[in-house]
Amino acid sequence: MKFTLKIWRQKNTNTAGKFVDYQISDVNSDMSFLEMMDVLNDELVRKGEEPVVFDHDCREGICGMCSMYINGRAHGPKRATTTCQLYMRNFSDGETITIEPWRASSFPVLRDLSVDRSSFDNIIQAGGFISVNTGQAQDANSTPVNKEDADLSMDAAACIGCGACVAACKNASAMLFVSAKVSQFALLPQGQSERSERVLAMVNTMEEEGFGSCTNTGACEAECPKEISISNIARLNRDFLAASIMK
Amino acid sequence: MLDSRIPEGPLEEKWTKHKSSIKLVNPANKRKIDVLVIGTGLAGGSAAATLGELGYNVKVFCFQDSPRRAHSIAAQGGINAAKNYKNDGDSVHRLFYDTIKGGDFRAREANVHRLAEVSVDIIDQCVAQGVPFAREYGGLLDNRSFGGSQVSRTFYARGQTGQQLLLGAYSALERQVGLGNVKQYTRHEMVEIVNIDGKARGIIARNLINGKLEKFFGHAVVLATGGYGNVFFLSTNAMGSNVTASWKAYKKGAFFGNPCFTQIHPTCVPVTGSYQSKLTLMSESLRNDGRVWVPKKKEDCKKRPQDIAEEDRDYYLERKYPSFGNLAPRDIASRAAKEACDDGRGVGVSGLAVYLDFADAINRLGKSVVEARYGNLFDMYEHITNENPYEMPMRIYPAVHYTMGGTWVDYNLMTTVPGLYAIGEANFSDHGANRLGASALMQGLADGYFVLPYTIGNYLADEIFTKPISTDHPAFLEAENEVKDRYNKLISIKGKRTVDDFHKELGKVMWDYCGMARDKEGLEKARELIKQIRKEFWSDVNVPGGVDEMNPELDKAGRVADFIELGELMVVDALNRNESCGGHFRTEYQDAGEAKRNDNDYAYVAAWEFNGIDADPVLHKEELKFENIKLAVRSYK
Repeated sequence: MKFTLKIWRQKNTNTAGKFVDYQISDVNSDMSFLEMMDVLNDELVRKGEEPVVFDHDCREGICGMCSMYINGRAHGPKRATTTCQLYMRNFSDGETITIEPWRASSFPVLRDLSVDRSSFDNIIQAGGFISVNTGQAQDANSTPVNKEDADLSMDAAACIGCGACVAACKNASAMLFVSAKVSQFALLPQGQSERSERVLAMVNTMEEEGFGSCTNTGACEAECPKEISISNIARLNRDFLAASIMK
Repeated sequence: MLDSRIPEGPLEEKWTKHKSSIKLVNPANKRKIDVLVIGTGLAGGSAAATLGELGYNVKVFCFQDSPRRAHSIAAQGGINAAKNYKNDGDSVHRLFYDTIKGGDFRAREANVHRLAEVSVDIIDQCVAQGVPFAREYGGLLDNRSFGGSQVSRTFYARGQTGQQLLLGAYSALERQVGLGNVKQYTRHEMVEIVNIDGKARGIIARNLINGKLEKFFGHAVVLATGGYGNVFFLSTNAMGSNVTASWKAYKKGAFFGNPCFTQIHPTCVPVTGSYQSKLTLMSESLRNDGRVWVPKKKEDCKKRPQDIAEEDRDYYLERKYPSFGNLAPRDIASRAAKEACDDGRGVGVSGLAVYLDFADAINRLGKSVVEARYGNLFDMYEHITNENPYEMPMRIYPAVHYTMGGTWVDYNLMTTVPGLYAIGEANFSDHGANRLGASALMQGLADGYFVLPYTIGNYLADEIFTKPISTDHPAFLEAENEVKDRYNKLISIKGKRTVDDFHKELGKVMWDYCGMARDKEGLEKARELIKQIRKEFWSDVNVPGGVDEMNPELDKAGRVADFIELGELMVVDALNRNESCGGHFRTEYQDAGEAKRNDNDYAYVAAWEFNGIDADPVLHKEELKFENIKLAVRSYK
């Protein structure tokens, strides 16, 4: 397979970036997308050019590090898939593939396709936890949890914090990310004592970090590699409203 | 002989007694003490959070963009704990025994018993943090069985247990960051350790965003930097996983324990081509319901699996190990797969694969039950291979997965450098020559939540009068200059070969000669080859870009340079160990394919001391005393 790659190149946060075209041939359809990028980088280094910087680590779709905006879609064309789990068989031979970083002012570009997502850490620091110090826990089976709630909590907890929801949203809202963490704890008995404070603190921090508002377009859910449901956003909204009134 | 500082007294009482005799640091003094934690996986994340809760000033470092990315996240199957919630006869002693036996009697009794004891606390802690473990309909926690064990003691969160445990530790850590007890440095890689007057006193870290070197003082330094499986280039580790922190520590006086003990995991997706960048593990939990087989006849190998009659299939694990069957431990299952493929009965295009078949499970349980148990793993397999495992058996092959070896530590998890600790996969301590499934998560969290936060107090209690040392101290400046010189050298070589070229070449040597089967001749050859690779690397590598900028190629070059040196040490260790045990299989020492241990001569931990780059390392032995367990041939038949 052969491709034309249109890749965003940017030296650092403070300089302007631009698209640069590259040709790549002899691509095997069983290669992963990132292996195709490895091959491109290998060719660039051999030619004395600087390779394309991109974030990646586990290459198993679980760490949340990879983050490419491919042909106008977060993590590319395949549903419920991270960039690292895309394979070249998901593209057509001869195609032009446009590759950009996540675009959101809360995720400044560091270099080429790599962005700074520390705003997500800041949101978790505000309330994405249950306050229990090591050693304070009671026996794990002392509080039964309804299986349905536990499963819903697990569905929400599957979020990998990649930021595709933000990249996909026209407002660059982080609501799907925040609501997944809020829901995970709201659905469990352990999460009840801090439920109100948590949702208020996390939503406030999300706004301070400059993420946009949610206008229910559903783009986040459609692009989420872990298929996190927007019903979590509805749950967050209910909790936020209740907590705001009670305050 | 090395002193492991194991407390006196009966095995069951050692940890309890030790905890009550450890020196304490009062809360006002804790605030004056700085602890540096390198790495934010299960061990580092939980340790940094717990030390922060206790009141120490903690600084925590990771090379990824967030602590949540650490590779513990990719562990799938589960975490062991001796809760005996299933009432199937489990106990702390059984977990202890299984782990020692699973490790082929090359782990320290006292450490392993402590691990089994605290395993139960881990589950309590994680549930309280909101980790959504799988539950039964009554609302109580569910368990499953795992390789090398005959009880169901494994707790799990679908196929994402590592992810959920790591996010639990990450939440606890971020809470401490928010409270100001921990300061976190992401995209920072530790590139040197700083010792002053024989004690670990700080690190040099490279800021991976701008390339600047930063210096940090600590009264103690904790390495939680994971394993070194990427020395093989292809492994199930993350792309960034590396040995650099441990290697710098080794070169500054921390002994390296049992470096040749590596785990080759039996159930990974086979290699497809030379462009392959990493290997993907399919959780061992699949062996609960999947049956491993190859064709009996070589000529059947290219047939479609559904066209091979039942009587023409060799369910070799069930045949060779009837009492454990498909749940035989990892080293044994891996070696059996290699034997079948070496015998010409491997399947797939390369002939380097065996079948993992779910047809029986689907018939017995129905597709929906199988989907509930393994759905995400099946999806993952289909993503990678474009084949549907509900209809076609999976094809799997062993791959490098975990390293039991690592920085040598005593019972307190302190290395041979005072004030320098190693926890989690980075240390060598609990798994002997082979790790059992679902025990890595257990050890990482045991060390981080429940062991190190106590034992480090013993050292820090004597440090309360040590004023913070300025990072302008000559030792810091000297270390910083060493690092600068190394990076400038790497950038200035401008040779013809890429970093990955060298890494792949090293990986192949390691896999061929220091992988699933090893012998003296091959290991001696490998040592020469690795020396050659090192020489060529330092004269012909091409690292593009500059030092003072974001430059992942340069980061990688630094890591590969350390892997090359480590590779040689692994080979030296494998050559020294004239026996077969666990993952270390020397073909000269076997009984019809089964590992033949030599307890008279090798019941010791080989702890290696750095002695200069071109000199042989010095071997120190820690004798392993088995007072509670009788050394036996490890049989799973």
